[in-house]
Amino acid sequence: MKERRENFEFESFLWRFAALRRRFSFFISVYLRLSAVAVLLAVALPAQAILPIQHWQTASGARVYFVENRDLPMLDLSVEFPAGSAYDRPEKSGTAGMTNALLRRGADGMGEDEIARRLADVGAQLGGSFDTDRAGLSLRTLTSRKERSEALDLFGRILRKPEFPAEALEREKVRLVGALKEADIRPNTIATRTFYRMVYRDHPYALRSSGEVETVQKLARDDLLDFYRRHYTARDAAVAMIGDVTRAEAEAIAEEVTRGLPQAAAAAPQLAPVAPLPEGTTRLIEHPATQAHIMVGAPGMRRGDPDYYPLFVGNYVLGGGGFVSRINEEVRQKRGLAYSAYSYFSPLTREGPFLLGMQTRRDQAEEALKVVRATLSEFIASGPTAEELAAAKQHIIGGFPLRIDSNRKIHGQLAMIGFYRLSVTYLEEFVKNVERVSVADVKDAFQRRVRTDRLVTVVVGADTARP
Amino acid sequence: MSRVLKPLRWPACACLAAVLALAVPAGLASSVEHRLDNGMHVIVKPDRRAPVAVAMVWYRVGSMDEVNGVTGVSHALEHMMFKGTQAVPAGEYSRVIAAAGGRDNAFASKDYTAYFAMLHKSQLELVLRLEADRMTNLTLSADDFAKEIRVVMEERRWRTDDRPRSLAYEQLMATALTAHPYRNPVIGWMNDLENMRVEDAREFYRRWYVPNNAVLVVVGDVETKDVLALAQKHFGKIASRPLPQRKPQEEPAQRGERRAIVKAPAELPQVMMTFRVPGLRDPGADREPYALEMLASVLSGSDAARLNRNLVRTERIASSAAAGYDGVARGPAFFYLMGTSTPGKSAAELERALRREMARIIEEGVAEEELSRVKAQAIAAHVFQRDSMFFQARQIGVLEIAGISHQTLDLQLQRLREVTPEQVREVARKYFNDDVLTIVHLDPQPLSGKPRAAPPEGLRHAQ
Repeated sequence: MKERRENFEFESFLWRFAALRRRFSFFISVYLRLSAVAVLLAVALPAQAILPIQHWQTASGARVYFVENRDLPMLDLSVEFPAGSAYDRPEKSGTAGMTNALLRRGADGMGEDEIARRLADVGAQLGGSFDTDRAGLSLRTLTSRKERSEALDLFGRILRKPEFPAEALEREKVRLVGALKEADIRPNTIATRTFYRMVYRDHPYALRSSGEVETVQKLARDDLLDFYRRHYTARDAAVAMIGDVTRAEAEAIAEEVTRGLPQAAAAAPQLAPVAPLPEGTTRLIEHPATQAHIMVGAPGMRRGDPDYYPLFVGNYVLGGGGFVSRINEEVRQKRGLAYSAYSYFSPLTREGPFLLGMQTRRDQAEEALKVVRATLSEFIASGPTAEELAAAKQHIIGGFPLRIDSNRKIHGQLAMIGFYRLSVTYLEEFVKNVERVSVADVKDAFQRRVRTDRLVTVVVGADTARP
Repeated sequence: MSRVLKPLRWPACACLAAVLALAVPAGLASSVEHRLDNGMHVIVKPDRRAPVAVAMVWYRVGSMDEVNGVTGVSHALEHMMFKGTQAVPAGEYSRVIAAAGGRDNAFASKDYTAYFAMLHKSQLELVLRLEADRMTNLTLSADDFAKEIRVVMEERRWRTDDRPRSLAYEQLMATALTAHPYRNPVIGWMNDLENMRVEDAREFYRRWYVPNNAVLVVVGDVETKDVLALAQKHFGKIASRPLPQRKPQEEPAQRGERRAIVKAPAELPQVMMTFRVPGLRDPGADREPYALEMLASVLSGSDAARLNRNLVRTERIASSAAAGYDGVARGPAFFYLMGTSTPGKSAAELERALRREMARIIEEGVAEEELSRVKAQAIAAHVFQRDSMFFQARQIGVLEIAGISHQTLDLQLQRLREVTPEQVREVARKYFNDDVLTIVHLDPQPLSGKPRAAPPEGLRHAQ
């Protein structure tokens, strides 16, 4: 769902999202979210857990996932809820995002300037976390006494007692509407929006995470309050924490930040299943940009999907393996058609998208599309070679340490495991599950799950006319 | 491996603040440096938090070392570095690193070109062997170049030509400078890319890719002596060669404000302003660079900083605004102010608002409290950055390439903490001067303002 966040890139300056960052967000963010963790192939699995995750529930019912790490005097903490944009209603699209964005704009008697000032005074970094499924807050703070206690106090108050000031809401609506209008003339945004609408139709995954100009303009403070009360509930909260605190301190912190969160209604929020696409559809949209943007895909897989491993490992061969994937080889290395060409699965609570994407000079769009479709068809028909599969496993398993080599990355794993209620031994099992995947598994899973006659194709800004 | 173009402007600026080592947290050894007989500089920084190592080879050559007509060649060569040697055929580098569980990439900037791989510590020698091989044995075939330069042109379209903000920034630098090669974009002008030949890349490679122009940085769970021995084994046998004379190409003094307008399809106006300012040269003796860094942080270091508070939240003229200072660079340094208007506000209004903020600092100075806040953030950020081996390695490389020893990090933090409100006001007074200012306005155009041939109704369905 990375692509959908690009609307907000608008807010940063060009040098801040230069290429490296983009590539890294691809490799570390998306790629990491797709995968998970593996262990060195050469090394036998250790008897104890490779990442000692401690797990418990708070008195309020929140699930806590904690790793103690005393190497650096710092703490990473997040609390996340099933409160992402998938919980928006179409006519109120943007409520979830605005609710999340406004948490820090006033809480427990503090105005936004006071919150910003006090966080900065202790060097703390407060972040919102928000995507299709999840929403919450994250914090990075020093663990020296004064800094930690002030930062945690602010974090808890913002999370538990947000005020959603009407004035801040009006301002943020204006900013967001401006950003949406800016984004909506960009070929990438146009392609992404169209793609999601065609793949998900009346499912809430079709909704843009930030909302639309018309729906955002109508948002009222009561919409946010109501959304907050229904979705930021203790029972559904997942707390992820890593850093320089003891288990006892971690327990106290988790109690404190979740105490007094809204009480859940009887039923937990549910997302409807995603219906498979009945047929293949293609949409071509005019645009004056120098490059055409191409997206091909369909609903993909869920977190915990029975086909997760064959699809994940197979996609590494197809288009997930950066410079060693088939798509990159065919599109970029052999033909020089694109700077970036890739495929990925983005597993969500329900079937997140399977997407192949690239950009190419507008008069080359047709050729590029042909190449990528042929590559996909061939892969589905024949599967990977034994050598390709072995190389993929070697990379995924051998690269395991890179997936948990920093507090930030480990925190990301904890948050994912916690939110999606995966096992605390997920990371260990991941390795075995990757190891187990066979050529036949990949071929079988792709043939069942990716139907080439039922794909959505979106091309924005191509020169080629209809035959 | 994405042959990435990375103008590291902002990191370098956040950096000065960022970089500042307060105290080394327990468990982290300090770095060791060594120079091989052929002049190659080797820096090793053990970090045992995970069984991982990151290795980076930095060449002190970037777009500022290009000449007219071949802009972009340093970046194009960076792409070609993945196209193979006699021993390691095209594409094999990435396959080998991937099979070892590693990730590789590269970045090119105005000042340097750097290559890196991150992988399990047991695979470090593999990277060093491959890097040493391509330092001297690159194939550079005409066929590969002809394909890869097309990829670079796609990259330019994607990165710049279809992004109004990138076009405006390109124009800003091309306007701010007349002689110094920082005026050219790192990726190169499109016409230069169209006319580039493999000989251009070969020549550039031959001149600049020598051990005496390179820095190897390794951060990770490694033994210093092992890494030095491996560096000697693989790079030590490569002969040094004299480097071409570097022409300073100093920028003549600016004599008055410069302005440009960029028209591109967009919705909101943007303003970019840049002032010529001194960069960091002598970390012990310099004072102004630290004050400029503090000035940038007071303006836009956090949500609490002035531009966010005043222009975004209170006056609501900007939907975003930021300031920055890139004091760590081989070439001239700049101070930036940039913003995007809110709907209904013009670029001229936003420019006036940015100027008001500058004037307030000149007239009223900054509060001690604001400065303390910025210093607290710098100290915290320094600890946070230790979480990333990649960041640490990059920080070392950026400083060393700019001619600043990474061992002055503690000193830099100390100097930063010594900055007074009066010093901040003084640099604002001295350098917020219209005679050394360059301004670009992005003038948004409707999409339809760029007529094209009749719209395509469909593509051939390829099935």
